[in-house]
Amino acid sequence: MVSPAVLGLLLFVLAPFALSFLISFTDLSLGSPHPMHWVGTLQYERLFHDPALARALANNLRFALVVVPLQTALALALAVLLHRPGWRLAGLYRAIFFAPVVFPMSLVAVIWRYLYAPGLQGPANRLLSWLSLGHWQARDFLHDPEWALGALMALSVWQGVGLQMVILLGGLQQIPSDLYEAAALDGAGPLQRFRRVTLPMLRNTLIFTALMTSILAFRVFDQVQILTHGGPAGATSTLMFELVRSAFERLQMGRACALTVLFVLIVLLLTGLQRLALRQRAL
Amino acid sequence: MAEVRLHQVNKIYQGRTPSPKAWWEFWKSSSTPSQVHIVKNAELKIKDGEFVVLVGPSGCGKSTTLRMIAGLEEATSGEIVIGDRVVNNVSPKERDIAMVFQSYALYPHMTVFENMAFGLRLRNLPNHEIEKAVKQASELLGLDKLLQRKPKELSGGQRQRVAMGRAIVRKPQVYLMDEPLSNLDAKLRVQMRAELQKMHRRLGVTTVYVTHDQVEAMTLGDRIVIMKDGIIQQADSPLNLYERPANLYVAGFIGTPSMNFIPVTLQDGELVASGFRLQLPEDRRAEVGNHNGKALVLGLRPTDLSDSPSALSMQASVEVIEPLGSENYLYCSVGKDMVAARVDGRSTVRAGDTVTLGFKAEQFHLFDAESELAISHSRGGKSEGA
Repeated sequence: MVSPAVLGLLLFVLAPFALSFLISFTDLSLGSPHPMHWVGTLQYERLFHDPALARALANNLRFALVVVPLQTALALALAVLLHRPGWRLAGLYRAIFFAPVVFPMSLVAVIWRYLYAPGLQGPANRLLSWLSLGHWQARDFLHDPEWALGALMALSVWQGVGLQMVILLGGLQQIPSDLYEAAALDGAGPLQRFRRVTLPMLRNTLIFTALMTSILAFRVFDQVQILTHGGPAGATSTLMFELVRSAFERLQMGRACALTVLFVLIVLLLTGLQRLALRQRAL
Repeated sequence: MAEVRLHQVNKIYQGRTPSPKAWWEFWKSSSTPSQVHIVKNAELKIKDGEFVVLVGPSGCGKSTTLRMIAGLEEATSGEIVIGDRVVNNVSPKERDIAMVFQSYALYPHMTVFENMAFGLRLRNLPNHEIEKAVKQASELLGLDKLLQRKPKELSGGQRQRVAMGRAIVRKPQVYLMDEPLSNLDAKLRVQMRAELQKMHRRLGVTTVYVTHDQVEAMTLGDRIVIMKDGIIQQADSPLNLYERPANLYVAGFIGTPSMNFIPVTLQDGELVASGFRLQLPEDRRAEVGNHNGKALVLGLRPTDLSDSPSALSMQASVEVIEPLGSENYLYCSVGKDMVAARVDGRSTVRAGDTVTLGFKAEQFHLFDAESELAISHSRGGKSEGA
């Protein structure tokens, strides 16, 4: 009766979520001798007054506000530059820009830890010093409260831009070439063609990639865990980092499950926004 | 409005065909350069206000020729003139032309009004002028009630009209149309054909029209340019093409069903075919005088043949009959050759019968079998010369 797909969905997605939802109303704590109690909405009330979570969410928001526009713009620029039918090297460049996407984050983190090395020996510091003609003062990016989050953002953009570029390239290839020819005959220059043909035709793809990046921005974890461990002083803590810490360091499953529910709500909200944007002016 | 001239225009595509290679040699550029000569020495003069149709099979270079006039393709050599300007190095938007694409190429995110107004907006025309121009064009095309719709909310015919409207509002020197009717169904196509004619008569703008449909070409064109393998075969009025085809290709291309070609040899004033011999009429002998003993091709239009004996006739055995009501087409064998003939719809001829097909002495064409060029034309023509 029930098709395998629905069964899989029930078993692997809905059931765990329902379980988390239930646990979020308890004080379940692994390794604690006390029995589990129903505590009603206590976990949520605590979250509401938790400054560490507020800090983490603010970091996520900042992350999204910087990374989403920056990465989208960069990916669009790369896609437009590499969308050259018949250009022999396009495939090579595409592969180069896509490579970081398939690198495991742990490897990426190791590379960037070297790049961010403190003192003028660190490549990032050296580059900035050279660019500023020696006015740059060397910093320890990953341990500087003002710079740590920015450092993680830069690394994330570098790693994520390739995937977005590939999706946008797919979108560009869908645009019929005679639209550009018609626009050229109508008198549109390259910039106008980009603004009046490429951008509107790419609208839905752009909305999709922006949504995807937004969700990823609220899910940031690997970089934080490996490079900064949420520090210094919570400057790079994120929702997902808080969640994992609650669950697997402090073993507070009730709290972790409440955070999960919160995360799902955020994703639902973002997806809802996307649907709204798509419906508003569907092609 | 302006005339358009092509002078010795060539288009050669420099392609690269990848040759097979081992995977470890992927970095070597192991493709061999190849050339496709798509338009060869095109020479054409389109008069101001003329409706010229480029017609030919796919790949004959007709679309490429149109796109070179538009500036979407660069001519490899030769000169393209619009008005009194050589436009080879002029960008498409500066050429003062408008083009209708086969796919219509409407901007899907813009309304009908915005689609038509786009070109004018880019020229920074004041709003009231844009509105006036779009209103005029949309009334001419019956689009005035659809101005706020998006292309996807329109039928194929309506989209086609918007594409036309976008060209009209610009008031260009030349209209270029690349198979604009080929995405419409048969009935709509006939209707739009008539509207195109009406529009051209009203606006009187020089129009270059590409199609592969000979009926479309014959009905629309003041002049038709027949192309094959990148070479212009003949450029002439529809009637002249029909009555004085320059070569075998043109003769076979124009007219439905197409002209019968029967290989013959000329022997002392007599045409000898596998199934009959014909005495050449006196007035045609001079034209074929120096072809004695050579292989020729006799061209006979099915419409010029009848099933009654005439000045010239041949015995034919009927193999297939296509009844069309008002007339029947007979497909007969004459010796080793097949001949189609049109007879009256009430004819009682049946398959297997032997009939005498007759034609008038002046109604046949002769072509040189080797060069395929016309030697002698039928005398039925109302117009002489081009």
